[in-house]
Formats: sequence, structure tokens, C-alpha cells
Amino acid sequence: MIEKALKGSRNYWLWIGLLLLGIGAGSVAFSRQMWEGLTVTGMGRDVSWGLYIAQFTFLVGVAASAVMVVIPYYLHNRKEFAKTVIVGEFMAVAATLMCMLFILADMGRPDRVLNVLLYPSPHAMVFWDVMVLNGYLLINFVSAWTVLGAERKGVPTPKWVKPIIYLSIPWAFSIHTVTAFLYAGLPGRHLWLTAVLAPRFLASAFAAGTSLLILVTLVLKKTTGFDAGNEARRKLAVLATYAGIANFFMIGTEFFTAFYSNVPAHMHGLQYLFFGFEGKSNLVPWMWLSLLLGFGALAILLNPKLRQTSKWLVAACVGMVSSIWIDKGVGLVLGGFVPSPLEEITEYGVTLTELTVTLGIWAVGILVLTLLLKVAVTVKKEQEA
Amino acid sequence: MNEDRRSFIKKAGIGILAGIGSAAGLFPALSLEKTVFPAWDEKPEPGKHRWGMLIDTRKCSGNCKECVAACHFTHNVPDFGNRKDEVKWIWKSSYENVFPTASRQFQSSEVTERPYVALCNHCAEPPCTKACPTEATFRRWDGIVSMDYHRCIGCRFCMAACPYGSRSFNWRDPREGIKLASTEYPTRMQGVVEKCNFCSERLVKGLDPACVEACPEQALVFGDLNDPASEIRKLLESSETMQRKPELGTKPSVFYII
Repeated sequence: MIEKALKGSRNYWLWIGLLLLGIGAGSVAFSRQMWEGLTVTGMGRDVSWGLYIAQFTFLVGVAASAVMVVIPYYLHNRKEFAKTVIVGEFMAVAATLMCMLFILADMGRPDRVLNVLLYPSPHAMVFWDVMVLNGYLLINFVSAWTVLGAERKGVPTPKWVKPIIYLSIPWAFSIHTVTAFLYAGLPGRHLWLTAVLAPRFLASAFAAGTSLLILVTLVLKKTTGFDAGNEARRKLAVLATYAGIANFFMIGTEFFTAFYSNVPAHMHGLQYLFFGFEGKSNLVPWMWLSLLLGFGALAILLNPKLRQTSKWLVAACVGMVSSIWIDKGVGLVLGGFVPSPLEEITEYGVTLTELTVTLGIWAVGILVLTLLLKVAVTVKKEQEA
Repeated sequence: MNEDRRSFIKKAGIGILAGIGSAAGLFPALSLEKTVFPAWDEKPEPGKHRWGMLIDTRKCSGNCKECVAACHFTHNVPDFGNRKDEVKWIWKSSYENVFPTASRQFQSSEVTERPYVALCNHCAEPPCTKACPTEATFRRWDGIVSMDYHRCIGCRFCMAACPYGSRSFNWRDPREGIKLASTEYPTRMQGVVEKCNFCSERLVKGLDPACVEACPEQALVFGDLNDPASEIRKLLESSETMQRKPELGTKPSVFYII
């Protein structure tokens, strides 16, 4: 089936070429990082995780959001999601792959990554995260590829794939819960030490992931003529609205607990992120931009007239994805390190090398997604013809 | 293949392996690394000993950095002269940084202006070893929280988990930051985490940790917290002491007399 990805228009190949260029640049930057060490990034003794881990966290959410199309289509038999479900599953595959690449890029000794499997440590959340992420990648790829293959041959979907699809539903929740547990169980990091982190991760994932999915279907419609349908997009927008409201509600509860209790350690992280702490305020404009974009997106989505206009829907989706990308892909990770457990304040500034590696990994993910969707769209179009 | 030949080859192979093994045991002089016989000749028994340290901050004087210098020299800790790449096993800091959750209101200025020595607490309930996905950091049978630099994958989870900032990562090749190399302890490679090891390599030779030995004021006392007759236990009995962030339940093995 993969041969379908090898035949495309001039624009298709230009796009592939552009992505390969990005991957090339990322590889050069990564080899520099391997050679000179992680000192070439903005990370340091006090802020020991940065952009890589933050991107990883955001993308786990994107991966988990595939469940928002799998549940209505496979559990509730909602036919309007028939064309979206494959897009969601392949997006999950690409996002999970990027998650793993970001983890590798962040490691001091990626050559030793197999130690995680050689010395399995059930007490470590990383061990579980590696397990569930690899499992999720496999589950989504196998189920999407098998269903698509059966469709191409015009035969019924093999029976064994159904249980795997059902398994992907709780599994999607597990990947983001375990990812939240990476943070939520660490003493002395008060921004993360909150029981609401896992539910908040799920809510923000379902808001940003479904918004991204809407955008991807619109891009597919424009570039390939393959339309997942307005009905599916309309329903996804409703899901994104609910999830977005839940996310901002939980952010609000964090503020209440921290500031009403008046416990200094609980307030510090939020103070640094949103108001600046002891004169250090690099992230303040970003965090307010995130809130602004998020609330703006919700305002559009809550207005029935606006959300049914394609342009406004795009604006809302872009706003929601950017808002949560800033909140989860920048703020959450850095806020856990500032101030440090010894109440020292060191700010983080991203470096060009780090940024190039990050772009490279995104290019890998988008390339994989492009190839998978190319196959899917070609098969679907052949069926229709 | 003939059954007899097959079993002969099997047996001969096992015999050769056994021969090599016993030869290494019979001639210890032939081994690549010399074994230092431990200061205690008993079998390690988990939980029997728990090494700990007591720091009498009243004796610690402002500008003296002998403990830091001795430790960092002994263990080949690099110095790059910048905070971002900094690696440290033991350091001096202010009251509010070492005890950020302790009371500071109306505290005597003499107490808050005194320097405080900070190092790994070798917690009895270490969050770092729990977070490590490869057991590269682990709590030993004698309570020391140790590192296996050859197993560490450099994920820095232990650094996020440690509430005391006691862990450092080798952001770059540490050998470039070592001016005077010590032969007492191996250097590390780029990309792994390191920290104070309570001088486990000196303890097996019956020596005190390097910082304890170097302190001109004898402000640092090292000993077995599980031995009621040890000097450290007697001092803990007779003085008012505190631990860093006791509210986190990590049970530090490093105590302070304020």
C-alpha cells in the first residue's frame, strides 16, 4: 500500500523536499549537540528540561486526542466520522513518533536508551511512559493500516482488529495520564505537584488535538480534494469547545488553590509565569497571549454563527492550538523549574541549535503524517471512483 | 551431527569456561583492578548501617571553602566558571536557599547571615532513585544514594525529582573543566548525572569523607546513624538539630546544628 505515497504531483514532491530540508537541518544541529553536549541548548543546572520535554508533553496530548474520533465512530457508530477516523489515527502515529524523538533528543546518552528496557523499573514513571507510548504507536498504526488495507481490497475488516481498536480508547487516556504522572509526583516542584494535572492534561489535549485535527482535514480538503465533511468538523468543534472550557476551568482552580491558601511555594510558579517573580518575567507576555488566544478561540466556538463559518472556525482552531501549545509546550515545563527548589531564579532562553533540532523533529513527524495520509487519501479516492 | 560429538563439545566448552573462571579467582594478582578490602569485614546487610552527617553551622566560617575544594579535587568535579554548566557535589549557600521553607521572620541576623554547607542528603526515602528509569541511581545497603555513571541515560529525571538541587548534569565534556586531575576517583563522561557519593570510595578504605577530613573547624561529623553509640548519634541526642525540608518526607541523612 505504501507505494501510493510514491506517486504525487509536483506540489507534493516540493512539500516532501521542504520537509527533508528541515530534517537535514535538524540532523546537523543534532549532531552538533551530540558532539558538544547539551550545553548547546538553553538548559542548565537550574532549568534542566526545556523545549524538547515541553514539545513532548504537548504532542502526547495531540496523540491522545485520536480517541475523540475513535469513540464516536467505533463505539457510537456515528457514520459522519468515517472519513476522519483514519486521519485521527495517523495523526496519533506521527505525534507519538515525535514524542519519542523529543525524548531521545533530550537525553544525555541516547545511545543507552535501551537501558530502560534492560533494567525495567516499575517505580519510575518514565518506564511506564515508554511502555504506553510504544504500545499506542503500534495499536494505532496496526488498526488504521489494517482497516485501510481491507477497504482497498474491498473486503470486510478482519475481526481481530476490533478489540485492538477498542483497546486504543483506554490506552489513549493512559498515555496522557502517565505523562502527567511524570510531573505530578515530584516533591518540591509545586507547579506540578497537583492532582488536577492529569485531568487538565486530558482536557487540554482534547481541545488542542481536535482543533488540530479540524485544521488537518481542512488542509487535506484544500490540497487533495479529500473532504472529511462539515458534519464531522462541526462535531469536533463542539468537543474542542467542551474540552477547552474544562481546561481553562482547571487552570482557574489552580489559581484559586495557590492564591487563596497563600502558601508561598504554591504561588511562586504561577507568579513567575503570569506576573513575573523577583524581577524575572520572560514568560509573562507568552502566558497572557496564551490566555488571550484560548479565550478568544472559545468566544468564537461558543457563537453558533461564527463557528459555522469556515474562516472563523480556522481562526478558533489556530487560536486554541497556539494557546495550549504555549501553555503546555512552554509554560508548564519551565514554570516547574522557576524558582528552583532552592528558590533561586534562573531563566531559560532557547538556542538556535535547540530550535533547529525541534524544527527537524517536527519535520519528521509532518513527513510521516504526509506519507500516511497520502496513502489513505489515495485509497479512499480509489474506492469512491 | 553425531550425538556423542555434540555432547563432548558441550562438556568441553563448559570445562574451559569453568577453568577460566577459577583461574581468575585463584590468582587475584592477575585481575585488572585491585580489590580494596573493606573497613568492615562483615557481609553487607541492607539497613544495618545508615551513613549520615551532622554539620555544626556555628563552627563553619565565612570565607573558608576547604570542604568544597577537597571534595571537588578528590572527585574530579569540573569547574567551567558559569552557572549554566555548573557541576557541584558540595557547596556553600545562604540560609534562605538551604532552608527555603524554614522561618525567617525575626530570625537573628547572625543565624541568617551564616554560610551553610549543602550536599546530597542521602535520603532514606529518596525521590531521585524512585524517578530513575534504569536504576542508575539507587540506595545502597548502607544508606548511600549512589550513581552508576555507566548506566545513566541522562534523562535528568532525578534532577527534577530532587528537592534539594543536589544533582548536576554533565552538559559538556567534564574533562575540559578539570585543571588538576586526581587519581583517586574516575572522571565522568558527557551526558550523565553526578552527585555526592558520601565518599563511598574512601569509606571502604576506612577513611572519613574528604570534606569531613578537610574541615579545619571540625564542623562536619560523619558516622553511622543506626549505631546508638556513634559520635553522630550522641551529638544528635544532645543538640537541637534540623534537616532540610523535612515536610517532604524524604528523611535526609544530613543534619544541621543551627
